[in-house]
Amino acid sequence: MRKAFVQALVELALAERHPRILLLTGDLGYTVLEPFAETYPDRFFNVGVAEQNLVGLATGLAEAGFIPFVYSIATFASLRPYEFIRNGPVLHRLPVRVVGVGEGFGYGCAGPTHHALEDLGVTRIQPGLTVIAPADAQQARAAIHATKDLPGPVYFRLGKDEKPLVPGLEGRFELGRAVCLREGQDLLLIAAGSVAREVVAAADMLSARGVRSSVLLVSTLNPPPVEDLKAALAGHRVALTVEAHYVVGGLGSLVCEVAAENGLSCRVVRCGVWSAPDGASGSQDYYYRRHGLSRGAIMEAALRELRKPSSGRGKRLGRR
Amino acid sequence: MRKASSVDPRRVRELVLERSWKAHVGHIGCSLSVADILAALYSGVLRVPRPKDPDRDRFILSKGHAALALYAVFHLKGWISRKTLDSYCRDGSLLGVHPERALAGVDFSTGSLGQGLSYGAGAALAARLQRSGRRAYVLLSDAECDEGAVWETAMFAAHHRLANLVAIVDLNGQQAMGYTKDVLDLSPLAQRWRAFGWEAVEVDGHDAPRLTRALARLDTRSGPPHVLIARTVFGKGVPYMEGQIKWHYWPMSEDEYEEALRAVRSGGA
Repeated sequence: MRKAFVQALVELALAERHPRILLLTGDLGYTVLEPFAETYPDRFFNVGVAEQNLVGLATGLAEAGFIPFVYSIATFASLRPYEFIRNGPVLHRLPVRVVGVGEGFGYGCAGPTHHALEDLGVTRIQPGLTVIAPADAQQARAAIHATKDLPGPVYFRLGKDEKPLVPGLEGRFELGRAVCLREGQDLLLIAAGSVAREVVAAADMLSARGVRSSVLLVSTLNPPPVEDLKAALAGHRVALTVEAHYVVGGLGSLVCEVAAENGLSCRVVRCGVWSAPDGASGSQDYYYRRHGLSRGAIMEAALRELRKPSSGRGKRLGRR
Repeated sequence: MRKASSVDPRRVRELVLERSWKAHVGHIGCSLSVADILAALYSGVLRVPRPKDPDRDRFILSKGHAALALYAVFHLKGWISRKTLDSYCRDGSLLGVHPERALAGVDFSTGSLGQGLSYGAGAALAARLQRSGRRAYVLLSDAECDEGAVWETAMFAAHHRLANLVAIVDLNGQQAMGYTKDVLDLSPLAQRWRAFGWEAVEVDGHDAPRLTRALARLDTRSGPPHVLIARTVFGKGVPYMEGQIKWHYWPMSEDEYEEALRAVRSGGA
């Protein structure tokens, strides 16, 4: 998604009549940011390894009419300067774009300092901060374009990789709306971020076992797609939320809020990270397997939940 | 509203005392220490034809807890009415202990120390990119320089030669719980800024004419960013407050208020 983001930024800058877009990085993005940096050298700033200053500068620039995109690894972009984001673009309602790369376990064996597992939780609670977690590169590009004129701040949580794409998504993005990737009456799977590809694959595996799943993709965490979630939850008895994020604060929490506040009887099961880092290192797929986010683990969790009596399918699946 | 082309620091101090006594709110000492600095800035240094002029100089009170002194200046400039000034810290007022941008004249909301200089550097960079001659002025407290983020911005501004960025450090030597030399020694502060690539000028922070001259002499078109190390006295003008830690937070009793007012009115500030 990184390259898609930069490509979209160049496209936006090319279309500007009055230059407003700037790109600032905290010394990250080598071999990624060059298409913008080389096209617009006077609008690109590597501010060094200093994320608080990165966001503070962007606040001052935005107040004067610019649209600064600030770029770093997701943890460094969202957590280190969190109070600067809160007291700067959020409090001042300025169009700063915070771009965090490496959602979830995207940085794999780089380890826990580089894993963004709470960024959605801490960003979506800020009023007026739009929070977008694209599921693939095409959707990331669409989201950058769709939000170009937003007067307030945005947090983009991007995955590192350009491939694979999420089957059936085809770059669809509408701010504040969820995308329905497929419909089925037995189970509702709700995904955020690029782990959506595992969710779609799990839905295929469930389908082969006779379980028909709806798959809903939530790419805007704030403002949340409340009506889409209500409609989907109302039509199912069990929903699994799937995210490369701690189970507290992110998509799972959001879905629980919508279900509870609207008195919906759908049971919500959160698939995400439940435990603290333990030192073990590995690839993104390794972490997915360990935390129940691989397609196989998602399928198993779904079958486990459907066997419970309250699912409405307990007897049928229980005999298998 | 009565307008003034130059702001009388003695009037700033009177208003600070009056409103903090009425509101029974502290942060008196630090508001008194910056009264002369603010008076100098708003008496011809800052180019602000009107508070919302897009090409105005930007001013950031990074030590937001001295906002009462800023409100007093706004009133003396004719930017806010007596009624608005009197609403300080009342329910629903735009005039809180720390300045909010919702109040015309406040360019950036502050209150959390260590953030204002980065806003100022962004504002200065924006001016350069827009080929504007406007400047950004940032008033910091000395203890605010404890914050690492101040030095992130200091390095950036020096690297990019932001000559149109002017920081003023209110060197009153005190912080919330003690004297800076005891809590976290900042000395030699001017040398530290110079080591970070800034032009540092040391000046008496209570000598408004000298402050004005020092600010006027800065080359804000080329060269490094500038910092004025303004030596001040915490609680300046009220002898029983001067240099006393408790007046960082403490509000005044009626007797203390009367005594303070007498001191300020008879003082030579």
